[in-house]
Amino acid sequence: MENLAMHISNGIINGPVAAIFAVIALAAMALCVQRGRQHLDDRLAPMAGLVAAFIFAVQMINFPIFTAGVSGHLLGGALAALLVGPWVGALCVAVVLTVQALVFGDGGVAMLGLNITNLAIVGTAAAYLLIVALLRVLPRTPAGLAVTAFVSALVSVVAAALGFVLQYQLGGAVDLGDNIAGLAGTIAGTHLLIGIGEGLITAMTVLTVAKTRPDLVYALRARGPVASTPIPAVGGAR
Amino acid sequence: MRKRTWGFIASGLLVSLLLAGVVSGFASADPDGLESALREGCTVDAEGAVTGGDCPAQREQEHEIGGPLADYGVTGIADDALATGLSGVVGVLLTFALAGGGFWLVRRRAGQQPTGDGDAAQSTSAAGVG
Repeated sequence: MENLAMHISNGIINGPVAAIFAVIALAAMALCVQRGRQHLDDRLAPMAGLVAAFIFAVQMINFPIFTAGVSGHLLGGALAALLVGPWVGALCVAVVLTVQALVFGDGGVAMLGLNITNLAIVGTAAAYLLIVALLRVLPRTPAGLAVTAFVSALVSVVAAALGFVLQYQLGGAVDLGDNIAGLAGTIAGTHLLIGIGEGLITAMTVLTVAKTRPDLVYALRARGPVASTPIPAVGGAR
Repeated sequence: MRKRTWGFIASGLLVSLLLAGVVSGFASADPDGLESALREGCTVDAEGAVTGGDCPAQREQEHEIGGPLADYGVTGIADDALATGLSGVVGVLLTFALAGGGFWLVRRRAGQQPTGDGDAAQSTSAAGVG
């Protein structure tokens, strides 16, 4: 059986640093529950469940990234932020990571705080900041939404990867010395390529939802990131 | 909630089940960007186990739980694509149940006034779009 692990495994980062990030992740998730509740109504709650399930499914599909022997897969932070907003979106990614760690042996349970910090918190936050900025300046068209999705997804993957590099610098089990720069370079490079895949999947998915049910795309809703402007009719309002 | 939204949720769930249950069998078997970077400097056998050299991955330890679905397989099923697909289907349903159920439990009930941050006041005006 191939090794299908895709998150930080036990032994990669030392216990104390992992524990610190577990506390950070727990506090951030509590804040997300508190803030996300404002948005969770009868319509968003099942949608957020679907977003989590969809991210779980797509994360299983590793795609080649045109670097021999290396693959990538969706992380999902940007997709979640676009569809259900940053607070609920971060919770969606965190649920996926928790299920993967507890049931599928993917990502050490002791490493869960590190993984949640990178993918659910850093990934979603970086994506959301860009989504807000880009939706303000880009035309309110499907193309504008696609570019927003692609760019925010790409950058969020690199940001999440750099989160790991920082964690490794703080508590990497193997002391790389000056080679930490080499690790950072390798990780940033491959995740730039993975980000292109992430961007394509995110843009395609968000455009599909925006065409069929624009009201289910948080980023297009009146109380989303662009509250003062009217809802754009991507694919026609229904 | 409207029936149409549940229809959308059901279609989305079906797509997710197909992706995790069927398409996952065609996924690349190469290690992902993180795993491959952690193996740099080491030699690795066909099973993905580190055989020598010096790299972060050589310190990798066993998972605490493992379990029958570890590594997206199913204990006792030798066919990789079938095992991956089955565990994927279980994972999608489990994730949907946990996330959807959890969000449903903490949701803002109809008629309940949103509290807290400033954007809450706009929430009612945005509700009638669908």
